[in-house]
This record gives sequence, structure tokens and C-alpha cells, in this order.
Amino acid sequence: MLEIKNLHASIDEKEILKGLNLSVKAGEVHAIMGPNGAGKSTLAAVVSGKEDYEVTEGSIELEGEDIGELGADERAHKGVFLSFQYPVEIPGVSVTNFMKTAINETRKARGLEDMPARDMLKKIKEKSELLEIDSKFLSRSLNEGFSGGEKKRNEIFQMAMLEPKVAILDETDSGLDIDALRIVANGVNKLKSNDNAVIVITHYQRLLEYIVPDYVHVLHDGKIVKSGTKELALELEEKGYDWIKAEL
Amino acid sequence: MELKEKLVSSFLAFESTVDVKNPLHDIRTKAIKDFEAFGFPTKKVEAWKYTSLNSVLKNDFALFPKSEVAIEYKDVKKYFIHDLDTYKIVFIDGVYSSHLSSTTHDKFDVCLMSSALTQNRFKAVIDVYFNKIAKQDGLVALNTAYSKEGAYVYLPKNTAGDKPIEIVHFSTGSEDAMLLQPRNLIVVEDNSEVTVIERHQSLSENKTFTNSVTEIYAGRNAHVDYYKIQNDTNSASLIDNTFTDQYDHSVASVHTFAFGGEITRNNLNFTQKGQGIDSILNGVTILEGKTHVDHNTLVEHTEPNCESHQDYKGIFDEKSTGVFNGKIVVDQIAQKTNAFQSNNNVLLSDKATVNSKPQLEIFADDVKCSHGCTIGQLDESALFYLKTRGIPEKEGKALLMYAFANNVLDSVKIPQLKTRINALIAEKLGVSIGFDL
Ligand SMILES: Nc1ncnc2c1ncn2[C@@H]1O[C@H](COP(=O)(O)OP(=O)(O)OP(=O)(O)O)[C@@H](O)[C@H]1O
Ligand SMILES: [Mg+2]
Repeated sequence: MLEIKNLHASIDEKEILKGLNLSVKAGEVHAIMGPNGAGKSTLAAVVSGKEDYEVTEGSIELEGEDIGELGADERAHKGVFLSFQYPVEIPGVSVTNFMKTAINETRKARGLEDMPARDMLKKIKEKSELLEIDSKFLSRSLNEGFSGGEKKRNEIFQMAMLEPKVAILDETDSGLDIDALRIVANGVNKLKSNDNAVIVITHYQRLLEYIVPDYVHVLHDGKIVKSGTKELALELEEKGYDWIKAEL
Repeated sequence: MELKEKLVSSFLAFESTVDVKNPLHDIRTKAIKDFEAFGFPTKKVEAWKYTSLNSVLKNDFALFPKSEVAIEYKDVKKYFIHDLDTYKIVFIDGVYSSHLSSTTHDKFDVCLMSSALTQNRFKAVIDVYFNKIAKQDGLVALNTAYSKEGAYVYLPKNTAGDKPIEIVHFSTGSEDAMLLQPRNLIVVEDNSEVTVIERHQSLSENKTFTNSVTEIYAGRNAHVDYYKIQNDTNSASLIDNTFTDQYDHSVASVHTFAFGGEITRNNLNFTQKGQGIDSILNGVTILEGKTHVDHNTLVEHTEPNCESHQDYKGIFDEKSTGVFNGKIVVDQIAQKTNAFQSNNNVLLSDKATVNSKPQLEIFADDVKCSHGCTIGQLDESALFYLKTRGIPEKEGKALLMYAFANNVLDSVKIPQLKTRINALIAEKLGVSIGFDL
């Protein structure tokens, strides 16, 4: 589904990703762990099309198609979704209007008519219930004044609305209390199918108890330096990253 | 001949079109002398530092239209809020069009200034209010000297206007360059309310220069909402001089939507002459090309316990320029005044400029005054966020601009008008967005 080969990316002349390889198949859940500053969020941003980064080498393919030259919006239309580590506050745009615009622009790009208002409302209701989001949130300005946890929950609500093929969740667990973590993880699991894939970036094993990964990767200094199964996450939690750095 | 000389010397010709024996005419003859003394403002005057009228004044303006031009409603329907039932006072090249208008004298008056200034039954109101609210400078004096036509609205005590009033001025281009000087008087007596929507629209590429004066009286507990749609062509310039006097517990709002026109200058004055008054001045400016808009506001708090709220949002692209000059005066006795002012601007191009200058003159000690001005760019991280949700660049930018102006748009009370303004903005930004703010 998502093939990343030898990806090199830099920002302001500084190379952050230094030959990264990752292959994610439909139906899989991958976890990416790694120390602060390793390049995890950079990977997420580059895959979703942030133009500040320059891809100097390598390729990103989605379902066999090179998406490296596409804009972030076009990648979204093809099914890439990023749950932001730090969601952006947009005063003046309500969650509902934002979602309507996002869905209908995506439909337009796919050659579909606007979603009928009634279907839209139904979908919003269904997905907000899944994430246990109070309806009064939906009329508030997007992320403005939301607590850290509310922002993260709102990200997964958007994922539920947009039904992406590949979702990258960048530290969606940070800032969530135990109950919210369960709700969010449950939401992600409900959305999971054999036709999509999820990449979970996290520092903690805790989330992976709910969203169980098929593979766990360690990203260090712009490269994936170790891959394993879910047991690797446990080992990392116990021992930290130094032993991996030592292995290199 | 310079425009000033031409205007002074043409006054004789103008006099032949009005009743010089009417005592009102003394106001005009005094005003033309004032204009002769003041002349047009130049950039040397502090309040006109950023707006030069030179490029406009150099035109050889016709002062009186030679021919009457007829317009079919279907051709200009789009300039009206046509899905809203309104009274209409419509002028074509400064001449009243009864054909396009819809006036009333039932319970209250919505009619022509030329009637109000000449007919006896309006005399009592005219004597009390006409030219009593406007402050005289060169431009106002010029308008006063030539005052003859415009909109006259009078709501006696305890009367609510049953529908909004549209005042629309068309210029057809029947002359190469035309000077228009409408004079409006809106009197809303105690406990009465009215909504006015004003628009100036040029229908050709020929030059139009409008020097408009509007006097608004809001009596005790009166409620006045005034909306100005300024979306004219690049060959039309407008100086809008609006003066509002407010009395106890009245609420008056003026919304100015400045979307186009070569040079637009809004001189918006509020004088609070009682207690418990609220004055609301809101504006959205969206410009591109070489257009220029200058908002010059003045709110005078002369009595205690009043409020004023100013919120001006500006979005400037290409080589457009914006000016916001907001002055708040709080007299010594005007304790417990709450005066708020904010002016936020977004520059979409590095060739666009904004000059924002708040002026607070506060002589009372127990007041809450705040002012803030920002000039920035569109938030790139917000734009990226929108794009990752499938919203393309152009639509994303438009969404952010709507969001930026949203609180002002939101304060428009008439849904049809709000829809129209949203549509005008969408048209300007070249997008169709499937949401309604
Ligand atoms: N504009 C920039 N110029 C220079 N370096 C940058 C820039 N933006 C990011 N970096 C650097 O890129 C590196 C990778 O950052 P990134 O946010 O991808 O790390 P991360 O793995 O997500 O870390 P964390 O676990 O703290 O979220 C960091 O060292 C960061 O300082
Ligand atoms: Mg990160």
C-alpha cells in the first residue's frame, strides 16, 4: 500500500531523513518509535506533502503510484491522512464547516457530487459518537481552545470522517488520559480494515496494547535502524534506545 | 480649469435648479463659501496623509447629467438584495429613478431628499436635522453646497421600519467623467428602528467620483443598522462622509464592506450625546490590483456609561493599499466608557501595504479602552493542515480569509445580505465553497 524507498529529505539545507525504507501493506499496523529529534514527525510531514521539506533522493509510492510530486491536498484525495502531533488552531472555522469542506473538496477531486446535507449530518453524528465527542464541540472553532486531549480526539474524528487508506498517527496518544486513550484506540480499531493501513508514531508501549502493531520500527537519525514485532516495543520500553545505538 | 474653480463657478448654474428663496438655500450659499475657503484635502493634512485625491480630481467631471438614462431592473437586479423585500431609493447618474424605486409615506417616510427639502410637510424635520449632524470640512461643505438629491428616511417615535431600505446609486457612464454628490438624511426618533443598505455601482468604465454625505440621527432607544457595500469598478472613487448622532440607550451600527473601487475613503463619525449608548463600527476590506481603501473613523464619547466597538479586518493582495485611522475621544465627564478598537490585516503580497493608526484621546480616568492592530500573512501551518484534509490551496486560503473576517460577517443580521456578502467574497477569491458561515 505504502512503499517508501531510500527517502532522503532535508529542511533549510539540513538533512533529516537519511535513506529511510518502509513498506506497509494493506491491513497492517506499523508502529514507529525512536528518540526525540529522530525524524518521526519529519517522515509524517514528508509523506503527507509538506512543501518546506526537500526530497533529495528516494521515492514514496501509494498503491504503486509515485505520490512524491503531489501536493498535500492531492495526497489527501488519494487517501493519505496525518493526525498531527500538534494540531493547528483555526479560529473562525467550525469543526462542522471544516469537515463539510474537506469531504466535499475530496469528493470533487474524485469526480463525485457534494455529499447530500442529510448524509453529511448522519455521518458527522455517527463518527462523533464513535469518538464520544460532544455535539457542542462540532460548532466550535477548529481546535481553538481545545485541550490537548480534545485536539487529538478531534484528529481521529477527522480520520473517521475521511476514511483514509493510509493514516499516520503522530503521537496521538500524548496528552490523552486513560479513558480518552481507550476511546481513541477503539475508534482507530473500528476504522481498521483489510483495505487500509495505519502507521502509529509513539513513545509509549501503552497505546500499542490497544492498537496492536504487526511491526515495530525504530527510527534513529533519519533511518529505520531496527524492525521487529510488537515485542520490540516492550523491549524498548524496558531498555530505552541506548542498546540499539550501541548495536549500530 | 481646476475642479475646485469649476465647482465654485458652477454654483450659479446649480442655483437655477433649486428654490433660492427657500431659507434652506442660505445653508448652501454659506457652504460654497466654506468650500472655497477649505478646498479639497491634500496629503499635507494629517488625516489625509495616506490618501491622495490628485488622480481623481484631475478628471474633467460633468456636474449635471445631460441626458436621462433608463435602466431595466433585470440588468441591475444583481446589485440589489433581490431575494429580500425592501424599500428602494434608486438613483441613476444622480437622478431619482421612480421606476426602480419603492418608497413609502405610510407610518414613516422613505423618499427623496429633493422632496424633503422642498415640500412643506417635511419642513419641521428638515429644520431640526438637516446639516445639523455633519461636521463641515471642505468635502462636506462641497456636498452641502450642492445638496439637492439623495435619500430621506424619517421614522417618528415608536416606529419600526417593516423592511430594510436599499439606497442604490448607479452611474451609467453617460458622461466621460461624472461627479455625484448624494445627500442622505436618516432620522430615527425615540424607540424606533431601521436598517439601511447602501451601494454605489458604476455600470461602465467611465470615471465616477462620488462625494456622499449621510447624516444619521438615532434618538433615545433607537436602533439603526447601516450596511455599506463598496464593490465598485476600478474607475469609480468614493468619499463617504457619514455622521451619526446618538442619544440615550440607542444602538447604531455601521458595517462597511470595502471590496473594490479605485479610491475609497470612509469618513465615519459617531457622536454619543447621551448615556447607555452603543456604537458599532465593523468593516471587512478585501482588495487587489491597485485599489485603495481608507477607513477614517471617529467616535466621540461625550457622556458617561457608553460603549463603542470597532472591528476592522483587511485582506490585501497585489498592489492594493489600506489605511485605518481610528480615533476615539473620551471627554472628561465620560466616565465608565468602554471603547474597543481592533484592526487586523493580512497581506497576501509583498507589494500590498497597510497603514494602521489608532488615536486615543482620553480625558476621563475611569474608562476601559483597548486598541490593537496587527499586520500579518496567512498562517502557512494552518494552510498545510487544511491541505492534508483535502482542501486545495486556493480554497484553503479562501477558508482562512473567511475565518479571519468571520466575526464581522457573523454580525450581519440579515441572512440574505450575509449570503450576498459571502458570495461577493467567494467571487472575489475565485472559489465556490460548500459551506455557509
Ligand atoms: N526548520 C528546521 N531547520 C533545521 N532543523 C529542523 C527544522 N525542522 C526540524 N528540524 C530538526 O529535525 C529533526 C527531526 O525533527 P522531528 O520533529 O521529525 O523529530 P521527532 O522524531 O518527531 O521528535 P519528537 O519525538 O520529539 O516528536 C530535529 O532535530 C529537529 O530539530
Ligand atoms: Mg515528532
